[in-house]
Amino acid sequence: MPIECFRVDDRLVHGQVVVGWGQSLRLGFIVLVDDTVAANDWECELYSMGTPPEMTLFVETTDSVVLRLPEFDARADAGMLLTADIPTMGRLVQSAPRIRAVNIGGVHHRIGRTWRLPYVFLSPEDDAALAAIASCGVRVTAQDLPGADEVPLEALLSGGPA
Amino acid sequence: MSSGPPRAVVAGHAGFAAALIELVGCVAGRADVFRAVTNEGCDSRGVEEALRVALREHGASVVFTDLPAGSVAIAARRIAHSDPSVAVVTGASAAMLLDFALGDDASAEALGRAAARARDAIVVHPASGAPRAD
Repeated sequence: MPIECFRVDDRLVHGQVVVGWGQSLRLGFIVLVDDTVAANDWECELYSMGTPPEMTLFVETTDSVVLRLPEFDARADAGMLLTADIPTMGRLVQSAPRIRAVNIGGVHHRIGRTWRLPYVFLSPEDDAALAAIASCGVRVTAQDLPGADEVPLEALLSGGPA
Repeated sequence: MSSGPPRAVVAGHAGFAAALIELVGCVAGRADVFRAVTNEGCDSRGVEEALRVALREHGASVVFTDLPAGSVAIAARRIAHSDPSVAVVTGASAAMLLDFALGDDASAEALGRAAARARDAIVVHPASGAPRAD
């Protein structure tokens, strides 16, 4: 079963992911892609502690995950791949053409970012990175939870839905 | 953790913490024991910073969180890793916070007792296997 969802979420493993999406997609595993986390045993252990026992967590670097994608896609259970930021997902899209859709699940406020949705704030650099992802033929939408409406990229880039 | 008067931060999704603290105030008149933190609108770094500020300002060394797999619990564990005097208790409930608020201190024993009280407060009626009226 291929990875069901490629998600950008700056909280990484958290309630919406393991409960909201976990129940809806019947997730059996999560692939957390973050070079900083992957390089730190304690951070890996921290996110493992935050993962429910019925799910398996894999922590990968942006390089290692590309090599392991076929292995993850061949698993019998459903999975979600997480990155904490848009540029990291952009690098994955460039390296792994099998990614056809990206979910923006949580990019919260920081200086330089502007409101697009209650859970999405984007900088001009984020806008450009999302446009670059879409230019690869990838469908980009924002959706925090399975029951919420999908917001198309065009609405995000134009300042948020009317 | 400390042996001083019980003081703690309650943190979780949306209005979870504020509601539980209000409940403690209504039932026991001890809302002052707690300080609420929500993760609303925060990324993981923002949650951690909010917890650090609340712990410092409230003079607390305990964080009660809602979900063990939540962003708040992960942020709290990160703080506890860098400051071993901080304790984290997940799965906070009314019974847990009431026991803590009415206790004498914030020691490991007090936290263990509060957690046990929370587990004991979970009762299913009818018990599994018993016939249901509906």
